[in-house]
Amino acid sequence: MFLAIDLLLLLEKLILIIIVVMATLGIAMYATLGERKVAAFMQDRRGPSRAGPGGILQPLADGIKLFFKEEIIPDFSSKWLFVMGPALAMLTAIMSSAIIPWGDHIVIAGKNVPLVIADVNIGILYVFGVVSLGVYGIMFGAWASNNKFSLIGALRAASQIISYELALGITLIALLMVTGTLSLTEMVKQQQSGNWNIIYQPLGFFIFLVCAFAECNRTPFDLPEAENELTGGYHLEYSSMKLGFYLFAEYINMFISSAVMATLYFGGYDVPFLDESLLSPNIAALVGIVALMIKITAFIFFFMWVRWTVPRFRYDQLMNLGWKILLPLALFNMIVTGAVILFLGK
Amino acid sequence: MSLTTILFILLSLMSVGGALMMLTTKNPVMSVIWLIVVFFSISGHYVMLNAQFLAVVNIIVYAGAIMVLFLFVIMLMNLNSDTEPMRNYKMQMIGVVSGGCLLLIILSALKQLKAAPVQIAVGDQGLIHTLGKTLFTNYVVPFEVASVLFLSAMVGAILIGKKDEENAV
Repeated sequence: MFLAIDLLLLLEKLILIIIVVMATLGIAMYATLGERKVAAFMQDRRGPSRAGPGGILQPLADGIKLFFKEEIIPDFSSKWLFVMGPALAMLTAIMSSAIIPWGDHIVIAGKNVPLVIADVNIGILYVFGVVSLGVYGIMFGAWASNNKFSLIGALRAASQIISYELALGITLIALLMVTGTLSLTEMVKQQQSGNWNIIYQPLGFFIFLVCAFAECNRTPFDLPEAENELTGGYHLEYSSMKLGFYLFAEYINMFISSAVMATLYFGGYDVPFLDESLLSPNIAALVGIVALMIKITAFIFFFMWVRWTVPRFRYDQLMNLGWKILLPLALFNMIVTGAVILFLGK
Repeated sequence: MSLTTILFILLSLMSVGGALMMLTTKNPVMSVIWLIVVFFSISGHYVMLNAQFLAVVNIIVYAGAIMVLFLFVIMLMNLNSDTEPMRNYKMQMIGVVSGGCLLLIILSALKQLKAAPVQIAVGDQGLIHTLGKTLFTNYVVPFEVASVLFLSAMVGAILIGKKDEENAV
């Protein structure tokens, strides 16, 4: 009896995991096309247009090309770590999709199925933990390449991610003081019945956004792969699909951090006035998923917009911004939030 | 055998095996990887005791921050086997004897311990609400003292860093 229920739950979660991972990979795949199209639009070009109508098959062509390239493992590298690097980068990128609530529950054969893989009560800390592990893929891969440029790229990546994690963490503390919960599902429920968190935490959202750019190694903070100084940075020695994994992990990170930002500050799958309507739960959940996807797409577009607009920072500028501007701002935000909550007596 | 028992055995094998591998591998980077495996298995034990907060903080602080700094140091120092200091036979014997003494003391202390059997996956001891309440009511003075200690360590580190900068000019 117990086993039967467990099996059903296992099956339900397994299907959900497969769908979420597949959707994540698919969206990240088309984000690469999106990036090139946005870049073309910003620079008054057409962008990829040969593969399929309007270039719609370009990501597939890129993937096939990468798979068929010759794979080179340098002689002086430690091979095991060299292979493990890109795998870890990919793994940590996908792992954080586990706790994001993609929608409200749906009803299948009279049974409520929540659209979140794991609703743990430490949700946001889990994201934080996975983000802090993300640096290992870069560091192992770069060290195993046995190349000085790679190593410098990895050191830049590690120090950048550790520095911006501080401001990110303190911003999250302010958000947690407002919501009073660590669970992402709970946060979305609160925003459904009240206001979106962006109204309470505008400064916090701004700091979070800048830190997300730094954590994803996106321009203007893409110093670990600054091609004019480091000839490619941490993935210099990589070829074939291993290189593809590193590049692809960046797009997955972008997708996941957009999802986290939409969930934390913009109500997740919440559509205003939807919960007052009398739609059946399945249709309401579908509308919610579409709303979340629209929010995520808007954020991804913003990531790309910034990449093709703002030039890369210098390394000392990056560190100054992180330690001397963002960290004090985040502390200020936290203290003001705490004071306001104290005076309002919530 | 229940599922929790199987999980416990697996996690324990993972932590003990990982610790042994960490000690015996020659390559310092591989040692770091095995130590990370140990931290993950210990976090697994925390989850089994229903202490998710401790589990995830263990990963954030140890696996995510401290081990990255370890890696930093190892990668920059470029440790090779020929730069490793020679260990002589006498030192190894002293190490074995003192380690054995410590093991003996721990074993005898554990033998006299009469604690209630551990409750798996129940209780709210490790949940964040309980932990926060305990830290800010019963243990507020030690908690604040510890934070002052961290602050002084940070100031000290900055001071050491600044001193070099002045001399260099």
